[in-house]
Amino acid sequence: MRKSVILGALTVAGLSAGAAAAGTLDDVKARGKLNCGVTTGLVGFAAPDANGEWKGFDVAVCRAVAAAVLNDPTAVEFVPTTGKTRFTALASGEIDMLARNTTWTFSRDVDLKFTFVGVNYYDGQGFMVPKALGVSSAKDLDGATVCIQTGTTTELNLADFFRANNISYEPVPIETNAEGQQQYLAGACDTYTTDASGLAATRATFENPGDHVLLPEIISKEPLGPLVRHGDDEWGDVVRWTLNALITAEELGVTSTNINEMAANTNNPEVARLLGTEGTLGEMLGLDAEWSKRAIAAGGNYGEIFAKNIGEETPIGLARGLNAQWTNGGLIYSPPFR
Amino acid sequence: MSDTHAHSVAFVRTQDVPMAPPPSNAAGPAKWVKDNLFATPLNGLLTLVALYFIYAILSSALPWILGGIWNAPSLAACRDILDGASAACFAVLSERWNQLLFGFQYPDDQYWRPGLAFILLFIAAAPVLFFDLPRKLLAFTAIYPFVAYYLLWGGTIFVPILALVGVAGGFMVYQRLVAGSFAAGFFGGIAAAFVIWIIGGWLIPDDASANAMLPAVPSRYMGGFMLNMMLGVTCVSLSVPIGIALALGRQSSMPLIKWICVIFIEFIRGVPLITLLFVANVMLAYFFPPGSGVDLFLRVVIMITMFSAAYIAEVIRGGLAALPKGQYEAADSLGLDYPQAMRLIILPQALKISIPGIVNVAVGLFKDTTLVSVISMFDLVGMIRGPILASTEWNGVYWELFGFAALLFFIVCYGISQYSQWLERRLATDHR
Repeated sequence: MRKSVILGALTVAGLSAGAAAAGTLDDVKARGKLNCGVTTGLVGFAAPDANGEWKGFDVAVCRAVAAAVLNDPTAVEFVPTTGKTRFTALASGEIDMLARNTTWTFSRDVDLKFTFVGVNYYDGQGFMVPKALGVSSAKDLDGATVCIQTGTTTELNLADFFRANNISYEPVPIETNAEGQQQYLAGACDTYTTDASGLAATRATFENPGDHVLLPEIISKEPLGPLVRHGDDEWGDVVRWTLNALITAEELGVTSTNINEMAANTNNPEVARLLGTEGTLGEMLGLDAEWSKRAIAAGGNYGEIFAKNIGEETPIGLARGLNAQWTNGGLIYSPPFR
Repeated sequence: MSDTHAHSVAFVRTQDVPMAPPPSNAAGPAKWVKDNLFATPLNGLLTLVALYFIYAILSSALPWILGGIWNAPSLAACRDILDGASAACFAVLSERWNQLLFGFQYPDDQYWRPGLAFILLFIAAAPVLFFDLPRKLLAFTAIYPFVAYYLLWGGTIFVPILALVGVAGGFMVYQRLVAGSFAAGFFGGIAAAFVIWIIGGWLIPDDASANAMLPAVPSRYMGGFMLNMMLGVTCVSLSVPIGIALALGRQSSMPLIKWICVIFIEFIRGVPLITLLFVANVMLAYFFPPGSGVDLFLRVVIMITMFSAAYIAEVIRGGLAALPKGQYEAADSLGLDYPQAMRLIILPQALKISIPGIVNVAVGLFKDTTLVSVISMFDLVGMIRGPILASTEWNGVYWELFGFAALLFFIVCYGISQYSQWLERRLATDHR
């Protein structure tokens, strides 16, 4: 009885929150600030620097949306969320969008009632081992001790993988990534498993990164992307096509440095439509014609954002891999601007 | 007299023998060492083992600390400077000290405000903690919360002034009515304060903060150790009076009051603090319309205060229970009414007994303020775990950062503990 009362109250509250947020685009314009949910700190993806300014791969998506909608990439109120608070923050309307390396899954999309507008990073669970162990494939890890974060999907993926390959392992449960690094370095486990991007970032902080290797097997799919609430498709479209504009810009060779030149004298009709010199795409979104031009100018196209925050030139040093453009054999693919 | 002796005894000493130093093993450091460190063979063995452990710890820790690098832009640069040697990289502290102390969003040119509020805290707390000081200083203590609020949050000066006027008005009404009955005074005072606040709230223009002398800083910009101090000081000082009220309420003969207090205390004590914090952060957000929610800092303060008040109530109830029944009867036989008996006879003794317990709760509460990092507030631990360890420069620095956090918390908690010991000695009136 009591439970149903609480659930009823939650439903009413949820409905009213949904109703109140029906016009997120108008709300954001009226407020003059975009409330964007990010992580409390993940290397390369979102973290404030020494001056307190947010930087990172996910942060760049927020800034692009703010530039498109509000004509100011700095008009973002970053709301830090933890893994436990992120979904309620979005559902309750505290934030307008969530860009927090969140995996697109069936239940989050359908049951939690969010709309994933796309994928900005294809991640997957990998393994890191010391070179001295002499292992070249995850299938050689029979009987290994594995450091694994408890209560995550990675734990379940790990069990599935070892069972499917009919090999055994001994889990060493850890709570946080920081603890995992320490345990792994102290030799408490033979291998450390988590998202491949996290492993690369972790390895980059080691004193001797060369002594450790990432195994080639990726045992799960973790498509990470920005998401918004169900029920406000206009706002979802704005975020979705801002992300697509960044991706398309890379595909068409539009960068933050050549964007003005491209806009002024291009012969490519797709570039002209993307940058608003032809057609009325911006108007259809409820924005002006130059929305995508500002979004791209804010932090560069997808490739520039990738290279600047997590690419091979950075200490994190992630290769494009799955996140290369589809023309280069990756999965990054935007529907056409037409 | 000496003559008689001279004849009967062969030799009489006429002067004192100069005092000889005691044998070397019965005085000075040698005796101390023998008595305290090597009294028995077993003690001697334990001493040697302990010395070995101290040596083992210091011989690895001291070079690590003393050889620390204080100036480097990143962990990688630190390691380049160290060139394979094992030493601390304190450069993270010298680069990010402001973020550790104030959070990463507090405007840098305003750091003097929390600094000043911190210094004034000692002046305000002194007359409460050390009651030998002149009582007039308490006037400053009374206005300190409003001064501190104005310094930390800034904005229009009318808000703290209005709050102060409301409290003062409520107190005057209380003074006027308390002669009739305590309850009338109490509730009349609260009602008067609310009336003043509501009327005043209409009078303050909405854009009053726009051109304020001190720029307004929203709560979510607070962080670092400052946030821990703010939460700790506010919640401890609020929860002691509430805890006293709850403890007295639990002993009340009025069933309604008694059961409300019992249920409140038992419910709060049966729930982990982290659950209450999640309620404050996550659940309450559903019940307020978007954008108009009560400030997260305030919600957290309410939850932590409720939590520690329930514990302090139980500690004080222990103190009340420890008083002999004769004390209550003595108060009754003097013809004192309930508030007088409590104020003059019961509580002074009960609180004295409760001091160690209250201090225990206060120290625990202060350390528990780090739990707010779980609900994405950037307190000291939240700053370390979030922004600093997630920066590409400093990812991987653990010992230095958490050691610094431990040092700050140790200083405060040890200070509280020393004060409570002093207080117990100062208040000791029992047989010794």
